[in-house]
Amino acid sequence: MSLLEIEDLHVEAGGREILKGVSMKLEEGETCVLFGPNGSGKSTLLATIMGYGMTTVTSGKIFFKGKNITHMTVDQRAKLGIGMMMQRPPNVVGVTLGNLVAATAKNGKGTVGKEKEFKMQDFMDRDVNVGFSGGEIKRSELLQLAAQSPDFVMLDEPESGVDLENIGLIGRKVHELIYGSEEGEERTKEVSAFVITHTGQIMDYIGADKAFVLIHGKIAKEGDPQEILEDIKNNGYGVEDE
Amino acid sequence: MTRIDENEVKKALDKKAAYGEDIDLNRYTEGDYEVEQIENITDTPEDLRKKMINVGVEADDEGKDGTILFIDNAMSHCSNKAQEGLIMMPVQKALETYSWVKDYFWSAMDPAKDKYTAKTYEEKADGYFVYVKPGYHLRMPVQTCMMLSKDKSIQNLHNIIIVDDNASCDMVTGCTTVHHANDSLHVGVSEMFIGNNSSLSFTMVHSWGHQTAVRPRTNVIMGKNSNYVNNYVVLDPVGSIQSFPNAYLNGEGARCSFNTMCIAHENSNIDTGGCAVLNAPNTGAEIVSRNISYGGKMIARGKLVGNAPGAKAHLECKSIILKDGGITHAIPELEASCADVEMTHEAAVGKIAQEQIDYLMTRGLSQDEAVSMIVRGFLVGGIRGLPTNLQSEIDAAIEKANEGD
Repeated sequence: MSLLEIEDLHVEAGGREILKGVSMKLEEGETCVLFGPNGSGKSTLLATIMGYGMTTVTSGKIFFKGKNITHMTVDQRAKLGIGMMMQRPPNVVGVTLGNLVAATAKNGKGTVGKEKEFKMQDFMDRDVNVGFSGGEIKRSELLQLAAQSPDFVMLDEPESGVDLENIGLIGRKVHELIYGSEEGEERTKEVSAFVITHTGQIMDYIGADKAFVLIHGKIAKEGDPQEILEDIKNNGYGVEDE
Repeated sequence: MTRIDENEVKKALDKKAAYGEDIDLNRYTEGDYEVEQIENITDTPEDLRKKMINVGVEADDEGKDGTILFIDNAMSHCSNKAQEGLIMMPVQKALETYSWVKDYFWSAMDPAKDKYTAKTYEEKADGYFVYVKPGYHLRMPVQTCMMLSKDKSIQNLHNIIIVDDNASCDMVTGCTTVHHANDSLHVGVSEMFIGNNSSLSFTMVHSWGHQTAVRPRTNVIMGKNSNYVNNYVVLDPVGSIQSFPNAYLNGEGARCSFNTMCIAHENSNIDTGGCAVLNAPNTGAEIVSRNISYGGKMIARGKLVGNAPGAKAHLECKSIILKDGGITHAIPELEASCADVEMTHEAAVGKIAQEQIDYLMTRGLSQDEAVSMIVRGFLVGGIRGLPTNLQSEIDAAIEKANEGD
């Protein structure tokens, strides 16, 4: 049984069909990257796996740990062990990062009190995401995920909008989230991950077992991540941006 | 006393208010003028004590410079721990005791404004008198509680607050119904005077009966470099509230802020807001309201009037509708009679963004928990300086409203 299994998934968002029959499998302990041109449906695929309201599944199924989660609520999926780092999470005025981390830990199995490790100690009393820089948003998301400690984590462009100084910290923290320890140390767990990346930069920190290429709402290719990345770098996706 | 045209006031007894549904005063009997005297506030009966806590007033004078309790139309308790700088007593007694009090009496409010002020004038209503002496800074807040105890009756009050020059005072007022009072009317005229370089922070928390009608009338006269903060909080179901306090920034450099936080439950009719009249140079005002409708009627008003150069003011009305059936109406107004003013407003009415709910649910919160957290944040987030003990009241009110779904 695969950890995540998607069968012929068709999804509409904003009145348009975005995913047009996605089928894929992701095994336990596996890290997969998702490539694809802008507008190909990568973020929609992650949003659908998480169950966000902006997406409507018109046909197809999603299984996680053998359970059909296609029509589960977002929090049911989170409690089953799915975690998500959004690319651009919304501002939530009046909800402090500290409160959100505490509520996350209450519902999850991770720990609180890690804000210093993520250089977020001065942000705990601030409204979540309000006025945060690109790097601060990513650190805040990772701190929340550390409090949740999911079994499967989806990362939507973890390196986008992040300066060079932050990229190292974020890369190391993503590694820790997946393997339970810092790079070079003994791994204490193997959390599965599904990562959208344009540059492949994050792969320097976490490595990857498999890559998918999403084009026009369908998986166009599946294979070795380095080979696929090289191919994209050299030849592009072979399609116009949608 | 300001010259008052008695005939005008008599005529005004039938005069409808500018805003809010009209109320027939003849529906109600007079409230009591003889009430139980509570010598020591810690001896307050348990049922009253519970209601007081709901509106942020403690039946304990620990940590308070003064405590006043009004039941219906008379003072039931008054304790003052800062007598060197603070005078507190019933307003009618203050008129007898100090000859200068009459100079303030009805000087900030026209008794012929509407039927409620006229009634208060004609009844010679009593209320509390709070005076902070020049140069005195209260270290701890003054708390007052206005209780309405009789069903189908009117509570009619006239309060005077004076913070003299170079002084400061924090007041917390709780307004509530006790015993079986429900279909009753609260009328309260408040005249406030803030001297030069002085500040007054006035927080009012309401918890009335489901059918209670509430008609406060408040005007604030502000001196040079003075500061006024008004927090107005209505979290529980109420019949009808209409309140539109006015601050007159008459001294150069004066600053005021009105913060309103209301939950309009089903069958509640709330019409609140505030008006700042910037009459002196370099004055500033901020009016912020955060309202939620659970199917009730919610009108959020705000008015800024800029009459002097360098006046700067901002007005912000935001409302969330969580349940259909009511009406939410934001009415921001800006008026200027001078070129060199800067006044802005923003208003928004709508539902909670699905994206925010999804975001919190991603961290394992249920839909209800996510909505409550966002609603609480929405109410509190835009308003600075609210008393911290209000937080639990806000949580309880949101929980209660969610249960009512």
